[in-house]
Amino acid sequence: MPVSSRYRVFSLPLAAILLAIIPFLVFSARVDGQPPPEQAGAAGTPGAALAPESTAVQPPAVEALTAADTPGDEGGSVTVKWTEPAGAADLGLTYKVMRADSPEGQYTEVCELAAGESEYMDAGLTDGRQYCYKVLSVVGPGIAESAPTLPASPRGNWFRMFRLNALVLLIVFSGSVLFYIARARRGKPIYIRKIAGLNAVDEAVGRATEMGKKILYIPGIMSIDEIQTIASLAILGHVARLSAQYNADLEVPNKDPLTFASARETVREAYLEAGRPDLFREEMVNYVTYDQFAYTASVTGKMVREKPATNFLIGSFYAESLLLAETGQSVGAIQISGTAEVAQLPFFVVACDYTLIGEELYAASAYLSREPVLLGSIKGQDLTKLLLMLALGLGVILESFGVAFVKDAFRMQ
Amino acid sequence: MRKQVPLLLTFCAGMIPIIALFVPERHVSTVSTTLDSWLIIVAGFALLLGVVNVIQMNTNKIRRKSSGWPYAIVLLAGLAIMGTFGFAGAFDVFGGIATRPDGSSTPFDWLYQNAFLPLQGTMFALLAFFMASASYRAFRARNVEATILLIAALIVMFGRIPFGEMVTKWFPITTEWIMARPNMAAQRGIMIGAGLGAASMALRVIVGIERSYLGLGKGE
Repeated sequence: MPVSSRYRVFSLPLAAILLAIIPFLVFSARVDGQPPPEQAGAAGTPGAALAPESTAVQPPAVEALTAADTPGDEGGSVTVKWTEPAGAADLGLTYKVMRADSPEGQYTEVCELAAGESEYMDAGLTDGRQYCYKVLSVVGPGIAESAPTLPASPRGNWFRMFRLNALVLLIVFSGSVLFYIARARRGKPIYIRKIAGLNAVDEAVGRATEMGKKILYIPGIMSIDEIQTIASLAILGHVARLSAQYNADLEVPNKDPLTFASARETVREAYLEAGRPDLFREEMVNYVTYDQFAYTASVTGKMVREKPATNFLIGSFYAESLLLAETGQSVGAIQISGTAEVAQLPFFVVACDYTLIGEELYAASAYLSREPVLLGSIKGQDLTKLLLMLALGLGVILESFGVAFVKDAFRMQ
Repeated sequence: MRKQVPLLLTFCAGMIPIIALFVPERHVSTVSTTLDSWLIIVAGFALLLGVVNVIQMNTNKIRRKSSGWPYAIVLLAGLAIMGTFGFAGAFDVFGGIATRPDGSSTPFDWLYQNAFLPLQGTMFALLAFFMASASYRAFRARNVEATILLIAALIVMFGRIPFGEMVTKWFPITTEWIMARPNMAAQRGIMIGAGLGAASMALRVIVGIERSYLGLGKGE
């Protein structure tokens, strides 16, 4: 058979097959895929009429929608929770939380939230009344509605269950402190380690007396609602008693007016207790200003002009700590500092002779007074610290093995 | 009575916020918030007491010609001028205490911006010099501990400036490690201790064992 005849034999059936397949392929493309818009619009075919509906995205509805009374609140609120559909952020979903009095009632919009949110607390409601919720997922004109929740009713609670761990810790802590206080009352000896900074208080006051110079006591810059200030006033009482006994010149400049009023009473009572009320003068405890740096300027100026023999910087300090401590150091004063502000401790350590670090500040009044009852509280505090250290060690080990039980037990909300 | 009443008040004032932390009942939270408001009111009166004390102290200083008495004149003048413009501004004289609607400064605002803020900034800026002198003293390698401190400080300082990163990428990496690991561990140790100390102190104050802050002498 010649070559041309052979081609003719095969080409005719091939052409017939292709002619049969092409219309089928074209039809399939119209049904399964979207025709190009320009073709669809221009052609005026049924595809053009379907185009707007086929481009609008139908958003997925949220799942697992629940509504319940907000736990641990004082009432008047319901918390609505849901699970976001997959890819909510990519779709640019927004959620509209709708509220009604019953599942079939008239729903009104409560709030609108962006994708990424899966919880909403609806506040300002009436306790005892029932509320139902729906969440609408919205993308442009597309809206999907969730099924309504079961009715939820807000009510006030009597205890914040999520703070139960804090309460347990508080009870353990208070229990151990009160146990050791009771033990101390029965006359059991209590050992407390030496704190160099507190041992130096007598020496510092004595030095000022010998030199005939002033003792400057700076009780921090915070108000009396700061526990460090209260601890500082307790030490001030001891320093003032010693000053009264030695007839040393004490001055307490204050930044906060409430601290000023308390410090004055503390010093007055200390002089009275020491049997030297005649030595107390009102100007010993004075008010300077409420501004942090104006106060610093005044006190550093006093240090430079009057060159006190001893400076006590005890309480809550911030940026002024180094300014005060360095100026005191430059005038040659013996300096005893104490704070629980971690960021300021390095400055005090560098510029002062003795520094009470963190808990030493709070232990000072017990240490100085040597009252068994107060020392007992320090012992109780140490017991809690030991328990916390054990929990910390256990937590580290368990966390290393992927068990988060201890960490979760200490999570505070 | 002189001891019992303040201690009873302290007990109540200390217990209410603790109860409010655990009990969300409306009346408890109302009492707790009211107490906070009272503190602000009491502080306001105490501030008045402070201002009176400042005037008395500095007037006496000028009268007695005590050490540094000229500074007392400056202080009283500053108090009088700022106080006058502040009070007048509160009654809308001179256009208040902030800027006027047209953007111009009221006298109080002008003094605040041009006298008070620069002075405050000057004091704060002194910190840089004091920090340098304190660092010089602290970083002398006198013993092993001080040498470790010096080395750690040098690494951290180099790690925090572009030059350090230019020298070697290990400076910022080591700096981050020092700050996030040994430094953070030490800080947290101090914070836990201080937290327990504060709680213990608060408990002593609430139950009335610690009463030296009231000027009532040693605990009982």
